[in-house]
Formats: sequence, structure tokens, C-alpha cells
Amino acid sequence: MASCNYRRKSAGRGPFSVADASALHEMGATIAAAAGPSVEEAFVERGSEIVVRARRDMLRPLMLLLREDPRFAFEQLMDLCGVDWPERAERFEVVYNLLSLSLNQRLRVIVSTDEATPVPSLAALWPAATWYERECWDMYGVAFEGLTDMRRLLTDYGFEGHPLRKDFPLTGHVEVRYDEDRKQVVYEPVALTQDYRSFDFLSPWEGMTTLPGDEKVHQVRAERGQLEGPR
Amino acid sequence: MSTELVAGVPLPPDARNEAQRVFDADTHTINFGPQHPAAHGVLRLILEMKGEVVERADPHIGLLHRGTEKLIEYKTYLQAMPYMDRLDYVSPMCMEHSFVIATERLLGIEHEVPARARWIRTMFAELTRILNHLLNITTYALDVGAITPSLWGFEQREHLLEFYEQVGGSHYHVNYFRAGGVAKDLPAGLEDRIGKWCQQFPKFIDDLEGLLSQNRIFKQRTVDIGVMTAEQAMSWGFSGPCLRASGCAWDLRKSQPYEMYEKLDFEIPVGVHGDCYDRYLVRMQEMRQSLRMVEQCLTHIRPGPVKIADNKITPPSRGDMKRSMESLIHHFKLYTEGYHVPAGATYTVTEAPKGEFGVYMIADGTNRPYRCKIRAPGFAHLQAMETLSKGHMLADAVAIIGSLDIVFGEIDR
Repeated sequence: MASCNYRRKSAGRGPFSVADASALHEMGATIAAAAGPSVEEAFVERGSEIVVRARRDMLRPLMLLLREDPRFAFEQLMDLCGVDWPERAERFEVVYNLLSLSLNQRLRVIVSTDEATPVPSLAALWPAATWYERECWDMYGVAFEGLTDMRRLLTDYGFEGHPLRKDFPLTGHVEVRYDEDRKQVVYEPVALTQDYRSFDFLSPWEGMTTLPGDEKVHQVRAERGQLEGPR
Repeated sequence: MSTELVAGVPLPPDARNEAQRVFDADTHTINFGPQHPAAHGVLRLILEMKGEVVERADPHIGLLHRGTEKLIEYKTYLQAMPYMDRLDYVSPMCMEHSFVIATERLLGIEHEVPARARWIRTMFAELTRILNHLLNITTYALDVGAITPSLWGFEQREHLLEFYEQVGGSHYHVNYFRAGGVAKDLPAGLEDRIGKWCQQFPKFIDDLEGLLSQNRIFKQRTVDIGVMTAEQAMSWGFSGPCLRASGCAWDLRKSQPYEMYEKLDFEIPVGVHGDCYDRYLVRMQEMRQSLRMVEQCLTHIRPGPVKIADNKITPPSRGDMKRSMESLIHHFKLYTEGYHVPAGATYTVTEAPKGEFGVYMIADGTNRPYRCKIRAPGFAHLQAMETLSKGHMLADAVAIIGSLDIVFGEIDR
């Protein structure tokens, strides 16, 4: 995506300098070589960000290597978050964004998991991971093996469900109000007088790949294993 | 334990029980907040105290959780912008900045944004930094017993918020930065007014420093309180002034420059001890540096367009819409369907006043973000609360919270 007509004045290592794209590829290859089988795939996203897809069961040794090896020296875990892809076999991705202060480098490590399988916790490596993992558990229901403190973090006490999952409705399931008669806060099922506005303004010519009445063709193609257009 | 309390004299059994009972009552758990004024918002901090010493600190957050990330998934990119202002509501434009740059990167227009827009964004990001640090330093001083700084500081904040109002029409939630530039050009005369404000501000910083930096009470409350070593700060995911106070010379504006920071001449203040006092000093010096940057931006701003010309992403001018059918269609499409962002992902960071503010955005080719994770600096800082406050007195916990610059809009999201 990045346009390549941009030249930086300084030779600093920046996110978009042209000379760096190859350096990033090299870095990705080095990581893949050093980490061995724990890395499934290493690539450079949009010419500026290194991404590593890792095997879930070998995450901890990989992260330890990335932190301790002087070639990588990723001292900081800046961010950890979940992503939900309901149509995939393993629907959740856990994304780790690492930062090396000494080498001025960033790296994204991605592992995937499903509802039942826990991901190794990194709280022992980086204490900062604790809250991020708690948040990920809270929002997606991804469990972390080895995390001692598995309480919810952001949602209400006694909350049920995992709100950032794609199948969790935007409105939620319960609403809360103060009941003057009972003199207490009460939880009730959501009863909206008006639905939320949907901002899906995709025009049929761009958003819809299957026209009404034309479903059969697509079914046949899908059976043959061909993927159809954008989701 | 019980025998120590009475200086080693052996006690009869019942008296020993009495001493034990007193000791037990001395270890207690208290709720600090969520309505405590020194909790800087809705922090519920559960403190286990031994006498007046903090044994365990467990912050309970989420009392201001609004589901911003979920809401953004249901809005177009343009409609999601106002949510960013409401994250760290004391530095709104810096919050917009990460989101805007992330969107531009995914759209592939990052380098097409006109220079004027980029200078304006840089200048307002720095004004916002001053805005944020003014609030933090003065309320922090209020927490540890000084009232005057907040009275003085809020006057300066009001001047800055007037600049906000002049560009965005609102005091706080300006929604001014947009993908492809800024919402509208600076009004006539604003550059002169900012220039005039810049001339009087150094005097104010000197006054503020005179009130605090060598103030005996302020130093007693902050020096050697809440010490974080550089290694600890790194492992806890610290960034921004909190990391720099621990001695790490790390600033995204220097090390991974974005926008126009490469062309600016400024220095990065770095602390030595990593205590509450150093965090204060770093912020104080950063205000001076930000002022330098604002002055430089003013000399660099030249007339020109403030947004890219592509009307698929930025709205056409009002005049064009009156004359050109195509512009009218563009306007309509932009404010209903929005723009489609090519599939891809980016983790985009900027140096917000509180630290590294990151947006991890996944686009799936439609007009709405598939996922927008907001990485708030305060989240990581607050997490280290127990490490920072263990063994300190209750009153020191207040000083530590103040020095971390906690705002719940961004932590709870």
C-alpha cells in the first residue's frame, strides 16, 4: 500500500523509509531462522511492519528468545489484544505488539486459538501482560494458561458474556437502572424503544457479491472449493 | 509478633491474646475511591493496609468502560473519530492523532497529506501536550497539598482551550484531525494569537516552577516516592514521561518520528531517579520543549490546502457543492457510506502526553474498521500501582497516582 516516492532527509530508521523495507524482510527472516519451528510464517505488512505468526504451544520460548537475544532485544510488550474471526476454524487471534528500545524496532506476533484452548500466559516474562491478558479474557473469553489472576477487568462485577466477540450484540443483553421503589440498582433484559441505527451503507454494487436469485451458482462454486469475492 | 509489641516482656496468655487482637485490627482493607477526589476519576483502589503502610494495592478499573472499541466496529471511519476525543479527555487531539495516522496508513495516503495540515496537526499536538501537563502538574500539586498552581494553571488551560474552540468549535471534543488533513483551516489571526500566548507562557512556567520545584513540602511528598528503575519500567510497559523519568531516553517523536517532528529542533528531558519528583520535573521540562516546538511550527506554517484533494476521503468545499453535481454526490456518499479502507492491519503509535498511544486497526475492505484496539499508556502505568506503592504510606499512594497521570477515559475505554 505504501507509496514509494517518499524520501526521507535523515537516514534514521523510520517506519516508511524506502531502504528499510528490505531490512525489515531480513529481520523477519532472521527471526524465523532463529526461532525454528515455533514460527509458522514471517512477513512484512504494507512494507513497514514485521508480523510473525507463531505456534501457540511454542509461544513462551519464542517470546523469551525475542526478549533475551541481543539481535532482537524486544524489551517491552506494548500491547496485547484479541481479534475475533468467527468464520475461521480457530476463531480468535491473540496479537502481541513488541517494542525494542535499544534497536528501535517493532514486531507483531500473532497466535490463534479457539474458545476452549488456552494460550500460554506471558505474565512471567512481562508483568505488564497480566492486565492485557485479563482484558483479553474479559472481552473475548480467551483463556490464558499460567495466569494466576483470571478475573474480569473492564466489565461490570457479575457480567456475563464476552462483549467484543462478533456475535455479541452491540446493545448487550442486560440494562441497568436505579429502582426508586426497591431502593436498589436493578438489572433487566434490554428493552429498547427504538433499535440502534445501523450504519451499513454499503451499496449493493460494492457490498453484495451474490445477487438475489443468483445463489445457486455461488453454492455450486463454493462446493467446488472456490472462494467468492470479499466477505 | 504479638510479643514484640510489648518490648519483649513475656506476657500471660490472655494478655498475649489481647495484643494479638490489637494487631489484627491494625491490618485492614480499605476502599480508595471510586468517589475519592484524589483518585483522578473513577478508580476503585483496594488497599490492604498495615497501620498506615500499604501492603497490597489492587486497582479495580472499568467503572468508566463505554465499549469504545465495540462501538467503533459499528461506525464508519469518519463516525468513529469523535470517540477518540473522549478517550483521554484532557488531551483530545493527541488521541485523534493516532487514529487519523492509522487510517491514513491503511488508505495509503500518509505522504500525500498537505504540509500545512501536517504543521497544524503537529502544532496542536504540542499545544495539547502543554494542556495535558498543565492539568496533571497542577492537580498533582493539589493532591499533595498545594492549591495555587491549579488556580494559575487553569487560566492558561483556558487560553489553550480557546484555541481549540477557534479551530474546532468546541472546548474539548473538537474532532478536528481528519484522515487526509484537518477539518478546516485556521481562522484568520489565530497564528498571531497563539504567537502572543507563546510570549507570555515562559513567565508562567517560571512562576509555576517557583511554586513547586524547590518547595519543601512538595519535595517531601514526592522525592523518593514510588521509585521505578529503568528495567522495571520497561517490563511494566511504561512509556512517555513515566519511562523517561526512570532514565530511558525514549521518545517516539525522536526515535520513530511521525508528522513533522523530524524537522523540529527539540530536546528530550530525561530523569534519573524514577520517583514522583522526577516524573514531575520531566513534565515541567516537556512543557518548555513543547513551547519551543509550537513557536517553530508557527514559523513553518505556510498558506496552502489543509486536506488532500481526493473528495472520496475529504469533503468538497461548500462552494463546490452549490455548483457541481459531482461534489454534491461526493458529499452525500462521504457522510453516509464513508470511505472504504483497503484490507490490512497496522499498529500505529504516537507520543501522546501520557506516553505511547497506539491504535491497532484491522481493516477488511469495507467502510468500517473490523477491529480497533486502543493501547492506552495509562493502562500500563496504573497496573504497576502495587509495585510502586508497596511499603509506602497511604498519603504516598495519592502522590503516586497523581504522578502517573491517570485519566480513566483512556484506561477504561
